[in-house]
Amino acid sequence: MIKFLVYVAIILTVVAVGYLVRVFELAQALKGKKQDITERDNKLMGRAMLGLLVFLFGFTIWQLVEYSDKLLPEAASISGAETDALLNFNFAIIWIVFVLTQFLLFWFSFKYYGRDNNRATYFPHSNKLEMIWTVIPAIVLAVIIIFGLKSWNNITAPAAAESTIVQLYSKQFDWTARYAGKDNVLGESNYKLITASNELGMDVNSPEGKDDIVVKNELHLPVNKEVEFKFNSRDVIHSAYFPHFRAQMNCVPGMTTMFHFTPTITTAEMRQKTGNDKFDYILLCNKICGNSHYNMQMTIIVETEEEYNKWLAEKKPFLAPTETAEAK
Amino acid sequence: MSMENHGHHNHEEHHAHHDEHHHEEHWVTKYVFSMDHKTISRQFLITAVIMAVLAMLMSILFRLQLAWPGEKFAIINWMLGDKWGKDGILDPGMYMALVTIHGTVMVFMVLTGGLSGTFSNLLIPYQIGARDMASGFLNMLSYWFFFLSSVIMVSAFFIETGPASGGWTVYPPLSALPQAMEGSKLGMTLWLVSMSLFIVSSLLGGLNYIVTILNLRTKGMSMTRLPLTIWAFFVTAILGVLSFPVLLSAALLLIFDRSFGTSFYLSDIYIGGQALEQTGGSPILYQHLFWFLGHPEVYIIILPALGLTSEIISVNARKPIFGYRAMIGSIMAIGFLSFIVWGHHMYITGMNPFLGSVFVFTTLLIAIPSAVKAFNYITTLWKGNIRYTPAMLFAIGLVSTFISGGLTGIILADSALDIQVHDTYFVVAHFHIVMGVSAIFGMVAGVYHWYPKLFLRKMNNKLGYIHFILTFISAYGVFYPMHFLGLAGVPRRYYDNTAFPMFDNLVDVNVLITVFAILGALAQVFFLFNFFYSMFRGPKAEQNPWGANTLEWTTPMANIHGNWPGALPEVHRWPYDYSKPGVEADFVMQTVPLAEGEVDGGGH
Repeated sequence: MIKFLVYVAIILTVVAVGYLVRVFELAQALKGKKQDITERDNKLMGRAMLGLLVFLFGFTIWQLVEYSDKLLPEAASISGAETDALLNFNFAIIWIVFVLTQFLLFWFSFKYYGRDNNRATYFPHSNKLEMIWTVIPAIVLAVIIIFGLKSWNNITAPAAAESTIVQLYSKQFDWTARYAGKDNVLGESNYKLITASNELGMDVNSPEGKDDIVVKNELHLPVNKEVEFKFNSRDVIHSAYFPHFRAQMNCVPGMTTMFHFTPTITTAEMRQKTGNDKFDYILLCNKICGNSHYNMQMTIIVETEEEYNKWLAEKKPFLAPTETAEAK
Repeated sequence: MSMENHGHHNHEEHHAHHDEHHHEEHWVTKYVFSMDHKTISRQFLITAVIMAVLAMLMSILFRLQLAWPGEKFAIINWMLGDKWGKDGILDPGMYMALVTIHGTVMVFMVLTGGLSGTFSNLLIPYQIGARDMASGFLNMLSYWFFFLSSVIMVSAFFIETGPASGGWTVYPPLSALPQAMEGSKLGMTLWLVSMSLFIVSSLLGGLNYIVTILNLRTKGMSMTRLPLTIWAFFVTAILGVLSFPVLLSAALLLIFDRSFGTSFYLSDIYIGGQALEQTGGSPILYQHLFWFLGHPEVYIIILPALGLTSEIISVNARKPIFGYRAMIGSIMAIGFLSFIVWGHHMYITGMNPFLGSVFVFTTLLIAIPSAVKAFNYITTLWKGNIRYTPAMLFAIGLVSTFISGGLTGIILADSALDIQVHDTYFVVAHFHIVMGVSAIFGMVAGVYHWYPKLFLRKMNNKLGYIHFILTFISAYGVFYPMHFLGLAGVPRRYYDNTAFPMFDNLVDVNVLITVFAILGALAQVFFLFNFFYSMFRGPKAEQNPWGANTLEWTTPMANIHGNWPGALPEVHRWPYDYSKPGVEADFVMQTVPLAEGEVDGGGH
């Protein structure tokens, strides 16, 4: 019934608008007016442009107030803090340019609305002005590029040799982590060795792999210790996105990609900082990967080194001698 | 296409009496398989309007899901049936299909085919003083390939497994493996066939535009007397001709991988309980090929819109466009740079960080010519005498969104920052504002401005005003908050965020966005009504309703073959002599000879 009423309402609205236009046009024709744009129209729309400027700036401020506490908490990694600093720097520039240009655009639109006895100023070009707005953006961009590349080089520099190696393995639609064990070297694996119980296709004959530990659901990381992730995917491209650490890397079948960062805030500390005792760091999939893409996650727990070591010690290596391949 | 006002007959009458008109053209060759640039232009436009409405409806369906996940909507069940909208709840696979087809249709059918196809066809012959395109036949083929491509793209909704659903970029292996999801089955094949036809259409059109502009300019129409519209179409066509073949190659290799067991993009894959034989390919190769088109593509979309805007702003501010030569220079600079920036879509694919640095540099360079354009538009308004046609409003709206969206591009171009916001709603916000909304504004502005040349009548201004204000507000209302979603870490292409407690406090934002999206969609009713109503009932347009200088307004208000009844007009000056000192009228048409001692161009 409601459906029907909605359709009727839509049809009636269209018809009504149609008749309104007819009536309006006839009225205009009776007045002997052509449908041209009058000074009154220009003035009205000039003011409307001013109104849109107010809307744009008002909406901006409203959102900044309303949404500022909905954004991510402070970065929980060393490189993440650098990213945030760079982001703020860039945003400062962007806000300045945004306010300046939008103001000029809409202010001129209002101020110079067409008057009947007015004439525009013939001003076809000015080398000086054009030089100014070529050179100034160029200088600003040079600064942006220099700072940006500096951070980029820091973030992507090779990981320290003593960093903890963790493999993150993606498939439709979950994550598996493999810790490199005592030798800190991942064992060999091959996609042709994948079975229901050996999801990563680990090679039983690889000596480096004997101590590798495989976990699902929870990724534990020690605080203040660099972790180097090696990403692999078995089926389609996924993307490992760690929003709280400002880190992301694609997982591409057929190749290994890498990313490293140093967590600086434990989960417990972050729960205090955010005042949310249910807070958890999350790893999400951020590359469309199939129908359940929207629910491919893993909880990350950053803890002190002692807690981490204790947790790790409880885990049995995947290829432990007693293996019945039942290890999760 | 019955929009042509042919003497005293409208289409139906013409059809009914076509026997009497045998000595004239058959209606099939006149309205369907026409080789006339004006008819082809209208065909492109109307097809694009229909496709845009479909794509917009798709966006409303998935916006409903995003704002109220799990709620039941009768409209979803009504449009998608029990298979994909059971009880009015959108199916996750269909959600992704809608996102994919919305993107593909908007980017290719509406803003590439629709925008370039409509206005390059309409304005190139008119504004350079040519009787028609260099090849009317290729031009006709261009439209019909486009039409076929559009039909095939939409037809995917009527097959059992549904349309392609891997996102508009259709990255393999997801798109290459039918085992990966329903959308990678027949729907993906249709997508590839449709895109291949589209590329053919685009190439036929683009070659024609280039050849026509280079060879068929009328006497006196030197390259530096071309309106900026033509410059924009010219560079756009060159970009298309150079980059679309690369997309075709990407599509062909994907077809091979899907259907013939090759491994261009596939390696070491275990899916559906079995290890595939393919090794040695790279999914990243596809991304390189795709974005080698994909990035120029966004300029293929935005340059024509900027070209139209340049003309509209100048005409309605009654001022010469500020910095004509700088505008040409920046169009060319943007065109050139657009070929060496594609890697900025791939910073986090594991590419060598040094290569990433190079792309950061080239990408941010594009901001310079873009800034020049923005400042030149603003300066054109300064001390103007602005006449507010609906076209002018949308043109100014374009400048606003082009600036807003361009600025956030600085964040995304910066590889270090892209790590964090890549593939989040920040990206969705950025590209929708800078190329989606801007290009739509440019296209709509073009329709309002050149409606008298398209349909010989004028659209209603008041409806245009309402349309603009509602559209402007809802465009920002939809896409501005998305930046905040992105900064909060919300990934794009998620069917539902409820699995993540960290996004629980963002529910309101999604509701706000959807409300604005619905408002924006309703606002288009004003346009659609105005558009179709004015075709038949709009006031007849006088010959030069806007007091413009360019050649299209020297032709009579009738659709005649060859455009000018007599000799072709001769051009004596640049197109932007508005409010020139020493001339009484506030415009001087390009056909007016220079007075003694008068200097042509921007008065050096």
